[in-house]
Amino acid sequence: MNPPDKQEATAMGNAARTEIQKAEKAAAPAVAEQTRPGPVYSPAVDIFENDNSITVLADMPGVKAQDLQIDLRESVLTLTGRVTPPESPGESDVVREYRSGAFVRQFTLSETINQSGIDAKLADGVLRLELPKVEKAKPRQITVRTS
Amino acid sequence: MLVRRVWPSRPTFDSPFADFDSVRREMQRLLDSVAGDTFGQVGAGVFPPMNVTQDNDNFYVRAEVPGIKPSELSISAIRNRLSLAGNREIPREHDRVSYHRKERAEGSFNRTVTLPTEIDSDKVDAHYADGILTLTLPKAEETKPRQIKVRT
Repeated sequence: MNPPDKQEATAMGNAARTEIQKAEKAAAPAVAEQTRPGPVYSPAVDIFENDNSITVLADMPGVKAQDLQIDLRESVLTLTGRVTPPESPGESDVVREYRSGAFVRQFTLSETINQSGIDAKLADGVLRLELPKVEKAKPRQITVRTS
Repeated sequence: MLVRRVWPSRPTFDSPFADFDSVRREMQRLLDSVAGDTFGQVGAGVFPPMNVTQDNDNFYVRAEVPGIKPSELSISAIRNRLSLAGNREIPREHDRVSYHRKERAEGSFNRTVTLPTEIDSDKVDAHYADGILTLTLPKAEETKPRQIKVRT
């Protein structure tokens, strides 16, 4: 899982019409064990930044807005999404290719984030998290007076 | 390019080995997590991953398709076959961004599954919420199990 460099990312962008490659839901590395039992997955993410902000996009299918927790403290960003299994009790499995479980992922951010400006949006199982950078002190021209 | 892929020929339906199969998959998953290989052949290995369940009246097909507009999905059902096709596009971001990670996949998909019995294709219901597509496929009337009363 090496972060692709800029060139690679553009190349991937150009190959938009190719068939989608299925990657198996990756199990989350055990940082600290979850208190709730059940499988824990690591959501696929896109992370990019521009001059003003860092944006995180995460695929979290089945997570409802009220079950999603975003936590940022001491530059560690934690995304936690719980999934309630959609099956009703009367159903029996025919084929099971994926399991419902929690999504957990942690990132360490190198930039200072303006906590009050964080914006999170969850639509169709995709989280879009905007983390605005703290405005750096603007460079100031200092004119030297001559006496 | 659209490629049609069919469910693998492995007899998964109503197989007496279904339990072994799920154990095998869990073992595979365990081995993968040790080896750090996430591309292990678990499930059908085709996007989107699907779960099929049933009760007396219906089959339920659930697929994880996050970030796809319902209008981009095309679903068709005939006899005992269900096709799900679509395209997942990740909108281009503003030019002046630099990517740290790009893990989310995009592209087209087309997948056909064969259900154990025929379904009533007129009454199929599709529902999309939170990135999960749920299809309710009523079993055809003639394939439903009939309760037989024992006369005394």
